[in-house]
Amino acid sequence: MDPLLLSRIQFAFVVSFHILFPATTIGLASWLAFVEWRWLRTGKTVWRELYFFWTKIFAVTFGMGVVSGIVMTFQFGTNWAGLSSAAGSILGPLLSYEVLTAFFLEASFLGVMLFGWNRVRPSLHFLATCMVAAGTLISAFWIIAANSWLQTPAGFEVVEGAFHPASWREVIFNPSFPIRLTHMVMAAFLATCFIIGGTGAWYLRRNRHVEEGRRMLRLAVVFAAIVAPTQIFIGDLHGLGVLEHQPSKLAAIEGHWDHGEEGAGVPLVLFAIPDAENERNIASVEVPRLASLILTRSLDGTVPALADFAPEDRPPVWPVFWAFRVMVGLGFAMLLLAAWSLVQWKRKRLYTSPALLRAWAWMWPSGLIAVVAGWITAEIGRQPWVVFGQLRTADALSDISGAAVATSLTAFVVIYFVVFGTGGWFIANMIRRGPAVVEPPQHDTETKSASRPMSAADDEPLEGTR
Amino acid sequence: MNWDLETVLPVVWFGIIGVGVLMYVLLDGFVLGIGILAAFAEDESQLDVSMNTAAPIWDGNETWLVLGGVGLFTAFPLAYAILLPALYLPVLVMLLALIFRGVAFEFRFKARRSRRLWGAAFAIGSILTAFSQGVILGALVEGMPLQEGRYVGGVFDWFSPFSMMTGIAVVFGYALLGSTWLILKTEGRLQEVARALTRPLVAVVVAFMALVSTWLPFLESGVMARWFEGSNFLWLSPIPLLAVVNALALWRAVMNRAEVAPFVLAMTFFALGFVGLVIGMWPNLIPPDLDIWQASSAHSSQVFSLVGVIILLPIIIGYTAWSYSVFRGKVTAESGYH
Ligand code: HDD
Ligand code: HEM
Ligand code: HEM
Repeated sequence: MDPLLLSRIQFAFVVSFHILFPATTIGLASWLAFVEWRWLRTGKTVWRELYFFWTKIFAVTFGMGVVSGIVMTFQFGTNWAGLSSAAGSILGPLLSYEVLTAFFLEASFLGVMLFGWNRVRPSLHFLATCMVAAGTLISAFWIIAANSWLQTPAGFEVVEGAFHPASWREVIFNPSFPIRLTHMVMAAFLATCFIIGGTGAWYLRRNRHVEEGRRMLRLAVVFAAIVAPTQIFIGDLHGLGVLEHQPSKLAAIEGHWDHGEEGAGVPLVLFAIPDAENERNIASVEVPRLASLILTRSLDGTVPALADFAPEDRPPVWPVFWAFRVMVGLGFAMLLLAAWSLVQWKRKRLYTSPALLRAWAWMWPSGLIAVVAGWITAEIGRQPWVVFGQLRTADALSDISGAAVATSLTAFVVIYFVVFGTGGWFIANMIRRGPAVVEPPQHDTETKSASRPMSAADDEPLEGTR
Repeated sequence: MNWDLETVLPVVWFGIIGVGVLMYVLLDGFVLGIGILAAFAEDESQLDVSMNTAAPIWDGNETWLVLGGVGLFTAFPLAYAILLPALYLPVLVMLLALIFRGVAFEFRFKARRSRRLWGAAFAIGSILTAFSQGVILGALVEGMPLQEGRYVGGVFDWFSPFSMMTGIAVVFGYALLGSTWLILKTEGRLQEVARALTRPLVAVVVAFMALVSTWLPFLESGVMARWFEGSNFLWLSPIPLLAVVNALALWRAVMNRAEVAPFVLAMTFFALGFVGLVIGMWPNLIPPDLDIWQASSAHSSQVFSLVGVIILLPIIIGYTAWSYSVFRGKVTAESGYH
């Protein structure tokens, strides 16, 4: 058993699970701050109901984010000791700042946010919610800085085989960082936007929680209409950055094996089955010159092709190629849905068009899928490097036996599916039950859940019709 | 010794990581202790209350573990890169156990039919976390074979009578922190249960402390050699003396049915043991061969992060203390915890 392959699968597996939770908590925390602000401003109970409803979901997601995140930190040492000892001087401080500026902030104020409703003044409670939201964004800042440095390393010097910082400003604000951070935070917000909008639409279709459902859907439509096109624009810029700094990744994204005839430009491959062995695409559907237009802003510009790189310097093509198409496809689907919703809104059919509501419900997980697809594009596209152009993934591995990694991988797969599957099921149940049954956390004396406002009423029957 | 930056910085970082780990042991120690003692709850509502004493703060307490780990990664990447692969399996068990323990806080209160199952996950997760941490500690203190900065031992080198013993010792130690915490935070039946548990726990933990202290000097790794060099023992002797006084005071406090003192004294007892051990380890990170200067990261990394620690740690301690104060007082099933 090859410890390298197994470690890579393990890293990809645990990080793919982990990112689902941060993507959701980053978005939900800001959404909750917004909702609580509306409640404080207007005093309308619907806002308070929405607050308690989404707080319960947030709490479960956050808990899963924390425990899966701790695994990630230790994974650097257990499986990627080569990376840890070579790049510890760079990655360590970035993660330290993440702990000091974000994790403690989130964790301490989370307690007040979840359990302090009747213990602190409303304004202090609102402050706690805002601190949690700020913590999630600060966390994204540092971890994306670390990841971007692996993608486009800068500001370092190599001393006895280890990366030492030469300029912290260049390390943190490395070339791909600003745009990756923007793209990621928007991705998290979009993911949450579709979760909220999808939930609202689902209630409206069933004619339940109508007041809350309308509010959720309306806000999601406005948000998506602004952010989905912006995300596509940012994504395009991101692609130009990849072309500049990681041309081998770009060639894989485009499925661009070799340079065609002089002056023919680069076609955009819409669909294909990349065939690495023969270095070509099977069954490809192409639009002539379109990739030239997108990437070089001219009709006959050229970009590096996979043929320009030695086979051992190329990333695996098909996962990168397809993950990218899934992400972009979903990005355009989001845009279309937002546009369609605006049209129906104008016709006053936003809350009633069954097809539209069904589409929103179907798009519930779209943001999360796009997030994972985006990371697969970025991370597998970076291969065979861990630190792009500097340190190969194979040299980053710890001295560990294949049997040990096989054991851990099996344990992670089994336990993640059981534990996080259960968490997902709880969340699904909470959504099915809906906000109406969430009692405001009064001093209820029922022993079982008295002290857990967020859990109050969990034992009610599923049918929560108002 | 030549006190330039290159010499001093690793010393400072050794101190920071030591404080981080001690904070973790004390703070998550009592939360894990609640879990270790979960089986002694007389019914589900007692477990509800004892979990609720920790529900608003457990995440912050666990964050000290992340700080300790990341601090090691930052200041001594070489030690991080040697220790974690060498301790692959105990670290794996700890991480998986922490998953069960952590999600149980949310899941148990959301569950209906699987409620007992998540109570059990809380208990077993806490016990396994404590045990694997004890094993990790024992294996570290016993030392690791290194050649040219690489670990040359096997996958199961951490397994030894000593590390099994420290594993069990930590389970009992955390249980003591947990039971004294429950005396502090609860009342009525549950408090009585906690009191009844505390008495034997004090005896067992003091016995383990004595056992570890006598065993340590005989380990090959040379940990504790420092204690017996020259006149060291003389000026270090206040530490064992204080520990003895502390143990007696703890026993008295428990017998006198005090509410606050047992918790405080259990904490100080732990801290004294920890300090004694750290003095024995010094200046090694991985006994017997890797010291803090050999394992250091670039010193600009240590400076950069130190600035963050100096500015942010007081702020963190400030708002952590505030969040504890929001939840001060007894937790009961009736009054609730809003
Ligand atoms: C874009 C955001 C993002 C990304 C890419 C990652 N994380 Fe994460 N992480 C978060 C955003 C986040 C968060 C929003 O801050 C979380 C999610 C839920 C939570 O509790 O905080 C979190 C939790 C979290 C925790 C628990 C913190 C605690 O104890 O409260 C750790 C240790 C990590 N993460 C570590 C990592 C590592 C080592 C990653 C990379 C390999 C990683 N995260 C990727
Ligand atoms: C959170 C979202 C992320 C996802 C979904 C993700 C996904 C992946 C995937 C799929 C791989 C495997 C690539 C392969 O083996 O071919 C990988 C590798 C890796 N990623 Fe990420 N990644 C994420 C974030 C990060 C971050 C934030 C960091 C660093 C701070 C990081 C560091 C690494 C490292 C060190 C590897 C090396 C292992 C390897 O190349 O196989 N990743 N990641
Ligand atoms: C349709 C327009 C989009 C384009 C052109 C686009 C472009 C890109 C590109 C080129 C990358 C790779 C960056 C790299 O490899 O270093 C990327 C990564 C990523 N994308 Fe997109 N994207 C789009 C839409 C979306 C949407 C809708 C989401 C999620 C809601 C999303 C989430 C992500 C994530 C999480 C990553 C990985 C992190 C990163 O490298 O930024 N993208 N995107």
